[in-house]
Amino acid sequence: MNQETKPTLAARRAFLNKLGLAATCGGAVVGSLAGIPVVAAKTEPVSKGGTLPLKDYDWTKHQWSFGVDATKCIGCLRCVEACKVENNVVRDAHHFRTWVERYVYLEGENSARIDSQQDPVNIAASGSEAEYRFANRYQDAKVEKAFFVPKLCNHCEHPACVQVCPTGATYKTEDGVVLIDHEYCFGCRYCVQACPYGARFFNEEKGVTDKCTWCYHRITKGLQPACVDACPVGARIFGDLKDKQSPISLFIRNNRVQVLKPETGNAPNVYYVGIDKEVR
Amino acid sequence: MEALTHFAPYTGWVYPNETVIEWSVLIVVYPYLTGLVAGAFTVSSLYQVFGFERLKPVAHLALLSSLCAMIFVPIPLLLHLGHPERAFNSTITPHLTSAMAVFGYFATFYIVLLLIETWFAYRTYFVEQAQRRQGLLGRAYRVLTLGSYDVSENAMRYDAKWIFYLALLGIPGAHGLHGYAGFVFGSLKSREWWSSDLMPVIFLFSAIISGVSLLVVLYVASCKLRKVTIDEACVKGLAYTIWGFIMVALLLEGLEFANLVYKGREGVEVIMEFVTGRLLVPYFILQFAIGSIFPLLLLSWMIWRKTTGRALIIGVTTCACLVMFSVFMMRWNVVIGGQEISKTGKGLLTYNMLTFGREGWILAACVLFAPLFGLIGLSRFLPPFEHGPHTAAVTSAR
Repeated sequence: MNQETKPTLAARRAFLNKLGLAATCGGAVVGSLAGIPVVAAKTEPVSKGGTLPLKDYDWTKHQWSFGVDATKCIGCLRCVEACKVENNVVRDAHHFRTWVERYVYLEGENSARIDSQQDPVNIAASGSEAEYRFANRYQDAKVEKAFFVPKLCNHCEHPACVQVCPTGATYKTEDGVVLIDHEYCFGCRYCVQACPYGARFFNEEKGVTDKCTWCYHRITKGLQPACVDACPVGARIFGDLKDKQSPISLFIRNNRVQVLKPETGNAPNVYYVGIDKEVR
Repeated sequence: MEALTHFAPYTGWVYPNETVIEWSVLIVVYPYLTGLVAGAFTVSSLYQVFGFERLKPVAHLALLSSLCAMIFVPIPLLLHLGHPERAFNSTITPHLTSAMAVFGYFATFYIVLLLIETWFAYRTYFVEQAQRRQGLLGRAYRVLTLGSYDVSENAMRYDAKWIFYLALLGIPGAHGLHGYAGFVFGSLKSREWWSSDLMPVIFLFSAIISGVSLLVVLYVASCKLRKVTIDEACVKGLAYTIWGFIMVALLLEGLEFANLVYKGREGVEVIMEFVTGRLLVPYFILQFAIGSIFPLLLLSWMIWRKTTGRALIIGVTTCACLVMFSVFMMRWNVVIGGQEISKTGKGLLTYNMLTFGREGWILAACVLFAPLFGLIGLSRFLPPFEHGPHTAAVTSAR
């Protein structure tokens, strides 16, 4: 290396060092302005013993769970209506926090004909995308077997939606509910893709994803979710697993229950009774 | 926010919330652009790191193409977000179990690397222009020199070392960036069409062939526009690169499809109905037959027959155009095709592409071609072909 070059290289190294230092300082300033310690907590698992800032509610003392007795469901869709009203869900045929599926086996057919309230035939029967009913489309057919299956978010033990959320806006609470922070979600819809149950949707108006919360605003006040309250036949069961005499504890204890798509490893927390092989 | 007009018609049984296809054509453009970044960078590295001398004429063009495409990579994502103003949430407070959360870091790292490498590659040009030009442009070049005017042989050797190591580091950087894009899809267990361990590698190899093909087209077009003789050895080198990588890409995609069909898990009937029905033309005809197998055969024939001259240029350029189209179709078939198969495994949806608005094809096309215009603009400032003394210095220094 000649005499002329050495100082130049030294100067360049010094410049790069300064640049690095400046970048580090700049990053620190930006980081502190963004309030990293505060927001970063959102991305971590919920701390044991932490409580929500709600009066008279300690989320460590509850473990919510949901049951569906498909043998009781009559497909009246009051649950869907109640959910839309309670949670201000878009009144159309493409956004549902909960829905009801109809399975019909006709004579001589091996697989079920499946529809839900959003099916164009059913929407035509109700006359509006904002009102829901099942059209009597099989009245002239020979039905061998038919039943309804209410569906909702499964609030999984290992939720794929939480795993993939890039910001941590969706998270699992200490009391077993999967929630979305609408102030933090940036609407990438990765969680919508990741949910194997189709339980999530994108709210175009708010620019964020949405889904069933088991009416968290109600259950933390000692109320039942709106769909459970609205069900006239007791097909939806909700309660606290930490209370051994709660409706859900009794439902799980007294029935042979199953979950949807157990092979995903998500470990759903909605337990079903009376569903058939084709229900997914 | 826009009104909902893009719900998807369907057949069979689909979950009610699936009737809106959430990842639109913008999300097709996103992995396509990252693929071009990785592919173009591969060409640059083949010369800078592995010493493929015949690719020298396109080495700087490759670097600039990669940089221009990379600058526009985040745009489709930002346009797609419900709250783009919150985009940095995933970078400031990343949720580290999410594949998507690392994008900000990967992208930033790679853009910085590309900028530094480009600076080193063009340093002598900056010095020369800074000393020659006056006015605003001269001032801009003087700023770009960052105060370093030393273009002695030793300094050049020092620069060449930096370029070498940056290009070396850029290989896992560029390929990691694109492999990660494949992982975003392949790691989801909710969709049979996406859920594949091979997905990141398939994305990677298709990326390489798309980037190399882009350079063929850009190089041939620029030579025609500049009325310069096309370096046949260079075009042949690029053709060999496409030929080699396209075989692996085809093999991997074939393996993935064979796996899917052979395993025959639940829902495979619907997938078969889909690929032999609506997907027949975009998947088997456009992506495989016209976009991959035909170019492979044509390239093989030209290599076997030792084609030269005008026939070689026309043949390779045609193949390059077809490969670029094929890779775009591959992205389309993965992103849109995956969502057209219901998670129920019992129904199929139809994606209705919008024309206008944020999710419309006009905007997506603008984003897709924006890097090209960016490159045209940038090449006026940083000519990819006309700073010979420096490239000579780099070569001699190695």
